[in-house]
Amino acid sequence: MDELREALLVLADGEVFEGEAVGADVAVTSGEVVFNTVLTGYQEVITDPSYAGQIITFTATHIGNYGVTPLDEEASHAACRGVVVRDLARRRSNWRSDDTLDGWLRRVGVPGITGVDTRRLTRHLRQAGAVPGAFGTAGHDALLAAARAEPGTDGIDLVATVTCDAPYVVGSGPRRVVAYDFGIKATMLRHLGKLATVEVVPASTSAEDVLARAPDGVFLSNGPGDPAAVAGASHNIAELLGKVPVFGICLGHQLLATALGGRTYKLPFGHHGGNHPIRRLATGGVEITSQNHNYAVAEGSVDGADVTHVNLNDGVVEGIACRNLPAFSVQYHPEAGPGPHDARYLFAEFEALMDRGAGR
Amino acid sequence: MPRRDDLETILLIGSGPIVIGQASEFDYSGTQACRVLRQEGYRLVLANSNPATIMTDPDFADRTYLEPLDVDVLTAIVERERPDALLPTLGGQTALNLAVQLAERGVLDRYGVELIGASIEAIETAEDRDRFKQAMVEIGLTVPASGIARTVDEALEVVEQVGLPVVVRPAFIMGGKGAAIATTTDEFLRAAAVGLDASPISEILVERSVAGWKEYELEVMRDRADNCVVVCSIENLDPMGVHTGDSITVAPAQTLSDVEYQRMRDAAFACIRRVGVETGGSNIQFALDPASGDMVVIEMNPRVSRSSALASKATGFPIAKIAARLAVGYTLDEVDNDITDKTPASFEPTIDYVVTKVPRWAFEKFPGCPGVLGTSMQSVGEAMAMGRTFPESLQKGLRSLEHGRQGLNADPGEAALDALSDEELVARAAVASPDRPFQLEAALRRGISIERLHAATAVDPWFLDQICRIVEEREALHGVGLDDMTRARWRRAKRLGFSDAQLAWLWGVDETEVRTARLAAGVVPTYKTVDTCAGEFEAFTPYHYGTWEDEDEVAPARRPKVVILGSGPNRIGQGIEFDYCCVHTSFALRDAGYETVMVNCNPETVSTDYDSSDRLYFEPLTGEDVLAVLDAEAASGELVGVVVSMGGQTPLKLAGLIPPGLVLGTSPDSIDLAEDRERWSGLCARLEIPQPAGGVATSLQGALEVVERIGYPALVRPSYVLGGRAMSIVYDDDGLARAMAELAPFGSAGTSAGSLGREGGLSSERPVLVDRFLEDAIEVDVDAVRDAGGEVLIGAVMEHVEEAGVHSGDSACAIPPPTLAAGVLEVIEDYTRAIADALGVCGLLNVQYAVKQGQVFVIEANPRASRTVPFVSKATGVPLAKVAARVMVGATLAELRAEGLLPAPRSGGHVAVKEAVLPFNRFPEVDSLLGPEMRSTGEVMGIDRTFGLAFAKSQTAAGDRLPEAGAVFLSLADRDKASGVVAARRFAELGFTIAATAGTAAHLEDHGVTVATVVDKVGSDGQGETAVELIAAGKVALVVNTPRGRGPRADGDYIRSAAAVHRVPCLTTVAAALAAANGMADWAEYPLRVRSLQEWLECASAEDGTAGGQRSPASPSTPLAGGAAAPQQAPHVASPVPPA
Repeated sequence: MDELREALLVLADGEVFEGEAVGADVAVTSGEVVFNTVLTGYQEVITDPSYAGQIITFTATHIGNYGVTPLDEEASHAACRGVVVRDLARRRSNWRSDDTLDGWLRRVGVPGITGVDTRRLTRHLRQAGAVPGAFGTAGHDALLAAARAEPGTDGIDLVATVTCDAPYVVGSGPRRVVAYDFGIKATMLRHLGKLATVEVVPASTSAEDVLARAPDGVFLSNGPGDPAAVAGASHNIAELLGKVPVFGICLGHQLLATALGGRTYKLPFGHHGGNHPIRRLATGGVEITSQNHNYAVAEGSVDGADVTHVNLNDGVVEGIACRNLPAFSVQYHPEAGPGPHDARYLFAEFEALMDRGAGR
Repeated sequence: MPRRDDLETILLIGSGPIVIGQASEFDYSGTQACRVLRQEGYRLVLANSNPATIMTDPDFADRTYLEPLDVDVLTAIVERERPDALLPTLGGQTALNLAVQLAERGVLDRYGVELIGASIEAIETAEDRDRFKQAMVEIGLTVPASGIARTVDEALEVVEQVGLPVVVRPAFIMGGKGAAIATTTDEFLRAAAVGLDASPISEILVERSVAGWKEYELEVMRDRADNCVVVCSIENLDPMGVHTGDSITVAPAQTLSDVEYQRMRDAAFACIRRVGVETGGSNIQFALDPASGDMVVIEMNPRVSRSSALASKATGFPIAKIAARLAVGYTLDEVDNDITDKTPASFEPTIDYVVTKVPRWAFEKFPGCPGVLGTSMQSVGEAMAMGRTFPESLQKGLRSLEHGRQGLNADPGEAALDALSDEELVARAAVASPDRPFQLEAALRRGISIERLHAATAVDPWFLDQICRIVEEREALHGVGLDDMTRARWRRAKRLGFSDAQLAWLWGVDETEVRTARLAAGVVPTYKTVDTCAGEFEAFTPYHYGTWEDEDEVAPARRPKVVILGSGPNRIGQGIEFDYCCVHTSFALRDAGYETVMVNCNPETVSTDYDSSDRLYFEPLTGEDVLAVLDAEAASGELVGVVVSMGGQTPLKLAGLIPPGLVLGTSPDSIDLAEDRERWSGLCARLEIPQPAGGVATSLQGALEVVERIGYPALVRPSYVLGGRAMSIVYDDDGLARAMAELAPFGSAGTSAGSLGREGGLSSERPVLVDRFLEDAIEVDVDAVRDAGGEVLIGAVMEHVEEAGVHSGDSACAIPPPTLAAGVLEVIEDYTRAIADALGVCGLLNVQYAVKQGQVFVIEANPRASRTVPFVSKATGVPLAKVAARVMVGATLAELRAEGLLPAPRSGGHVAVKEAVLPFNRFPEVDSLLGPEMRSTGEVMGIDRTFGLAFAKSQTAAGDRLPEAGAVFLSLADRDKASGVVAARRFAELGFTIAATAGTAAHLEDHGVTVATVVDKVGSDGQGETAVELIAAGKVALVVNTPRGRGPRADGDYIRSAAAVHRVPCLTTVAAALAAANGMADWAEYPLRVRSLQEWLECASAEDGTAGGQRSPASPSTPLAGGAAAPQQAPHVASPVPPA
């Protein structure tokens, strides 16, 4: 590594953390600070568009050990505002990798800070909730000012910053799926692409436009931020319900719920990790799941749908299914990327739902 | 699915004695299981032969059978207790094998015992390598190409198909015993023969070697509802080819991408499902080709294991405890995570630190052993260290080993590598050995590239680069110097794991100077919490590790606190017995209202279970680390004191650094009084207690002067060590010179000999003790407790079976003493009281005596817990360690009696024999002769109505079941021939035929003992068979071979090693042979009877009736007839049989 670049992370509430700047050379970066507890999969996390507007803290201490590879990118660019780690690897070691994490962060323009007592930061966030913060080589005062000026995510349409500009097609499966891109992850497309030819459309695409594509099913992707702030999405989804099978993940789950008249709320510090236990109520079985959300669907707020999955740690609603309509969704990430594969059956359920809808 | 109410009584099998590959981790898991099953309201029956375990404390089960773990014995227990279920997955390979045997014999069916935790089908699928491989291929997983062989010829056929190199693994064996890698046909033939012999079913797996691939383990749990979780991923620093028990291992896995990790996780779940482990934990091992990512499954253990104990300590997720709950019907989501209190156990722990496990070997105890690591496990213990980074945890781990190293080099020990050329250094590093991490650091420091080292060692470049960070920091620190250290620089060094001792060495200053400067800079460790969730949820369990961060998480205490310093990694001489004492101290003080704080770094133990104490610090037991904990504890509440006398020499050595006012119990000055030769001799003289003549020396010249005065034979030993390290008996000047050379300080000429230097070396503070050796004396051990008021409780007087000269840890011993006259016992007790008073002991005291011709000599006294405390407690029912712990914080024995903690000793009606378990089968190159240097890894106990029966049980428990018929082969030293005749005659009377070497045979025939076979000397060209051939042919049921005492002993070497290889019981003293003869006589006369410890103790106390700590008279028993006591012994007399 080059010469040391001393840096600070300053939270809007005044907490200060010492570290060294790594990755893209930026004097100040700011965003909502969250923590993710995955042990593996940093590249997938950093490239997950759902982190738009956020600074990601990794609780695992050594980050970057196995380098990076284009194969593990969830999106072609990183939407997050920065990365906070305890110890950034300077040497990569893995047959799959083609660059170091540090080199890649520089290339993709993501700043980082290393050497931080990330456990202290995590414990603070656990108490204070996700708070705005700023880090970089600028001095304390500039960083504090930037942190305080950071608007956070409530009421802000971050989806508009990550959705695609124009429709595109991926996959070659036998069915037709239209996927709303609220910040869609590549792993989701890989799974859907095995089931169907997937037309990915921008978040603002109207219901008529979607139906005109004669899909067997509509997929609602993950995405960043506050579901209540995503312009028009709930309305479009409401229009589609009953006309075509719908499957939503993460933000897509929240938007399905709001389309059904449900309510969402912000969790104190969200769920970000790969180890959350979910009960699948239909079988009573437990799935270990990949999670990345700050907002959740309020229990009992969705008429016409049953809760299908519950988070065993805190009781948060993790899945719903409509009683009389071919639509269901989960809050967590059955596609993984990164994370456990326990819930991949949900793609098969979507497949079955589409086939029933099409009378196959 | 809730608790199963259809079960009432559950039988749990423990793992027996501590042996290499199966150590105290199974006491940790077993103890957790006992707790859980009793909490759940089941009637618990426990079988385990190891008295040093916490799980065999009578209050951990309803019925505790301290009986041999043998299928006949287990059958008798099943017949007697009629359990509804047998839980075999918590007692290691031993329990699993017994469960299979019980099933095969039809015992489980006959008595309707359900196997819970794992079915026979699952056990066999996992354990039978062929079936396992087929099963894996069936579910689409890759396994190395292989074949099964039952003969050497079959093995050759297999190797033709799979191609060299191959690894040879015996079936149904734990710890990789008998496993080896072969790269040539010659190596292969040798490995196949050894492997076939090691396997109880004479079967080996010949498998394509994946040596050099990356090695991983996943700890997996599954419940009845088919929920599966990974508790921990572990990556080995040493690649495939080194047994995982001998590898430095790291958690979590460091160099796997999520794609690879999830593939491994999917494979692990598929594996546990296919094998059919319905509930509980399993360990699944994978190898990964670093070049292509190709993954193969190596093996799976369908039970808790050493790795699962490590994973539990590493994550805070108590695998054994949860496995026990799952076995009785619960599902993971029904079990709470008791660290967070509000989240369920059906999750996967995530950790925000790095855990490094470093094995500890004992090669210095086994001269002749090459000390090269391979697929057969050789380590005797391990240390675990936690740090926020790998370099920090690695350095902490290395200094935790207490092998005289302060971290990864930067200490006096590194000089040993200086003389090597670069080529030699790389060549050495290429061969896995305990020195490898130090060699890697030294090589990187010389500028040898990571690429070259990776090519030579296959250690992953990421690990090498992390070591390189240590190298670079060291160079930077060297350039900076103590005076120019800033806070940032201190922090950077500390965050890479540098100890004050390393910095002191680097800068050539005293460690206290470093400490003072560091504290002045305000740089102190912070204590983080192990919480299973990386801080996501609040943790309610104060399980801490030290690191160098911003925030400290130690919470204020509510009650006065006592810190207990543990005993560190298990090693020969200091093992589970001391952990037992530490745990009992914690239990007793917790019950008495103190908050107990444990400091230890051994992941295998009960003491490092976060449940055992109120607070746990998983930290190295060095001065710096311990003082930092004391500072943190003093800052968070009232610190009453520190217990240093329960964990063996490790904490005792630290006593001097602790403020004297904080040391609980016997004062450091009294400890010194007992250790300092001159002061101790003065004390004995004042008390008029005879000692063998002796003196101290710091040089050969000095030693020769002492011997001039006292004469040969002499016993030479260093002070301040445990386990008879480097202790020897010398018969002449040459022998004395050799012994002194062995003790030479580190760094002097001929360092290869000065192995003790690693543990402290020789100096005026640590002189060598030279004593007249009393030949043929009976050795006696006494454990006692003295309170501050001066009352002395004699815990027990133990008579050793082997004569003085065999290390007490390697000798069998009995309670009550079988041959000591009442008068002698009285003298011993009087002396013990006088010594306790004179030393001002407050707490435990162990005194060793030698009794020669009725005269009692004191050998040494140690005012601390001894190895025999757990055995005494089991044999007498008096919880000595608990009593001592209370005494150390001020209670009197009278108060404890009134309170009920101190019952009257129960010594009527039964005899308890402790026998040592030796690891010679792991070290075939090494002579199995017993001597003054301790080499046993563990112990067992036999308890029965007579000495003979108890001794016979102890032999069976130790794995050397005494034969019932056949030939006894004797080869005796001249001085043993007289007493040998007595033994031989008894064997003949019992119906054994006698075989002997020519000299021994002649002597026996002269005294009227018929010798059926006279064997030739090994290597002679005679017509007859040699002893080794006879043993190899299976024609010998028992070997009695006593050493010549001095000079070449090659013949005996061959005989003993043949016995070890072919697993024929081998006794190396006549005393043991006589005891065995008595045991065989009783064994033949009385049917096998099993009885629980609870029954023995209740029965004894009922018969005793008397209170007040008076020991009842020794029950009549078989004379030992060891040594000079009674060579012409009386006929065997059985003691009265108590009512069943």
